[in-house]
Amino acid sequence: MSTYNFDYLDELEAEAIHILREVAGQFEKPALLFSGGKDSITLVRLAEKAFRPGKFPFPLVHIDTGHNFQETIDYRDKMIQRIGERLIVGSVQESIDQGKVVEQKGKNASRNALQTVTLLDTIAKYEFDACIGGARRDEEKARAKERIFSVRDEFGQWDPKRQRPELWNIYNGKIHKGENVRVFPISNWTELDVWNYIRREKIELPSIYFSHEREVITRNGQLMAASPFLNMDEEDFIFRKQVRFRTVGDMSCTAAVESEATLIDDIIDEISASKISERGARLDDKVSEAAMEDRKKGGYF
Amino acid sequence: MNILKFFTAGSVDDGKSTLIGRLLYDTDSILADQLEALQSSNRKNDDGTIDLAILTDGLRAEREQGITIDVAYKYFQTDKRKFIIADTPGHIQYTRNMVTGASTANLAIILIDARNGVVEQTIRHSYIVSLLGIKHVVVAINKMDMVDYSAEVYNTIIDKYKVLAQQLNLADVNYIPVSALKGDNIVQNSDRMDWYSGESLLHFLEKVDTDNLDKSQLARMPVQWVIRPQTEALHDYRGYAGRVLSGTFKLNDKVTILPSGASSTIEKIEFFDLTPVAAHAGQSVTLHLKDDVDISRGDTIVNASALPQESKLIEADLCWMDTRALDTSIMYLIQHNSKVTKCKISEILHKVDINTLEKHQADEFKLNDIGRVIVKTADALAFDLYDDNRANGSAVLIDSRTNLTVGALMFRAAVE
Repeated sequence: MSTYNFDYLDELEAEAIHILREVAGQFEKPALLFSGGKDSITLVRLAEKAFRPGKFPFPLVHIDTGHNFQETIDYRDKMIQRIGERLIVGSVQESIDQGKVVEQKGKNASRNALQTVTLLDTIAKYEFDACIGGARRDEEKARAKERIFSVRDEFGQWDPKRQRPELWNIYNGKIHKGENVRVFPISNWTELDVWNYIRREKIELPSIYFSHEREVITRNGQLMAASPFLNMDEEDFIFRKQVRFRTVGDMSCTAAVESEATLIDDIIDEISASKISERGARLDDKVSEAAMEDRKKGGYF
Repeated sequence: MNILKFFTAGSVDDGKSTLIGRLLYDTDSILADQLEALQSSNRKNDDGTIDLAILTDGLRAEREQGITIDVAYKYFQTDKRKFIIADTPGHIQYTRNMVTGASTANLAIILIDARNGVVEQTIRHSYIVSLLGIKHVVVAINKMDMVDYSAEVYNTIIDKYKVLAQQLNLADVNYIPVSALKGDNIVQNSDRMDWYSGESLLHFLEKVDTDNLDKSQLARMPVQWVIRPQTEALHDYRGYAGRVLSGTFKLNDKVTILPSGASSTIEKIEFFDLTPVAAHAGQSVTLHLKDDVDISRGDTIVNASALPQESKLIEADLCWMDTRALDTSIMYLIQHNSKVTKCKISEILHKVDINTLEKHQADEFKLNDIGRVIVKTADALAFDLYDDNRANGSAVLIDSRTNLTVGALMFRAAVE
């Protein structure tokens, strides 16, 4: 018999705000990792709710692969202007130019894996001790076991065997110099929760989330946006399709799904009925059953 | 629609993973690509059907060893509720993981293998449920298919469990005969157990009133962050940001700030662009006070007419979570909500053999040990007893050498 209306989205929101404020209270130099995707856009909204009318106690950090959808970059710049917060961009192209990483070759080449190096360099350069990310436990089974405060060693590595117990709503953010913590305020949200929240809060999203006509090719059974960033040859056949993207990653590794969904309501209907989980549209997870676990151990988001 | 967080205790052998897999599978919560991975995996049941347990085995080491070694969180929803499952391993060497999973749950599912009845681990799991103060318990008597769906077997088990429930003070205990493997009484009511007139597990979970929100009158809000924009327009703005742990704060309520003991009145409650007249348990808000008092992170704003206890000496139940044993000669850090201070475990009162519930004297505390201790803190804590207010009656111990979380504390009494 609750005397006030506090539904599941309110509860998830309150939990996330609590976590963001713990970051502010416990760390010296936190940052919010912003990808331009709906999850990190949701984080920005939550940060507004946690800290307004004050400034965010952290900058936004975007690891730019150079292979982003232009729509994402446009969205990012417009949003930064609206919220008036600081943006730091870590450039994968710069890491390549400096010889720190080598561009992958072949048809399935993507800069997704290279991001890790740029991310770790950016963390080291600005001495970030906590990085807030939009990962959710429902995305993938390795994530299902990750803590909300997830400690990384100075090499950015996650050790699933050495995770700290996380009890009640108490988050232990104590670390040694060189270590940092990845913080996931929306760990307990599902994809559908995020969409329902975006609808409720009337949050604007990059246009690629909605149905549009685009030139695509078929790669490994999935639709990929035709772009200069994709290694294509004469076997690839470019055609036009009505598509949208369920996640915002690199153009080289984010698959499109056929969709007529032009409104958030359509998307929510589509997801409710959908039989492909979100990461299923990411080629980078398909490599092996333990792909995500391996990448997380190596310092990935 | 609200959220039910529940916790499952049980071992691989009880079919716990199969039970969770079955809940996810039968509520259509398994997505196509996960199902594909499942079908391409070479683990199958004896009859060739897919092994639903794979759905909850996350980490590679677990897949290799075929055991669950950590807490995995799983999500599903029906049109009535959103569910969060904390799935934990059941072996004694994973007691700390069970304690972790149980700490945030409002309901526990205790699995009993119908062939074995109440065994040592049933006692252990039930003890943890009672220790962590989970108010609602479902005892799922599983593998009914292996005992010919016998009412007699079921009744014998629940008679035995009732004795244990009484011993542990478990208040709301519900019994359901199930077969996770065959799907009996998980989502649909089984037609193979006409003698059982109760609900299926899922229907029960959908409607149980879990006191999701703490209904206690103990209004508490630890301050996490002070919002001070210090701009021209908001020069005097000073908002205390935090999450209401319990109770309700209303406009014009008299409040006390601890540890200073200063008094003030709530002038305004803010939530982003809203200014509600009350802030309730669970909500993250910003409070404004009428008086200019010195408040910082780690302080707690409480209802002036229902003060918490304040003490530097607290009797508490401790679950030890580190491979390095407790050292009563060194200082640890204690984290109680947003407050962190130094502490020592000044005395071990007893340890509990969680397989038999016997208490005995002890001078050491090792990984997975549970017992009663006295904590001596550098700064006084403003706390409530765990049974009265879970959120303000719990804390963790941190080893400052490693920064690891090494103990979970449930406050039972102020000493003096």
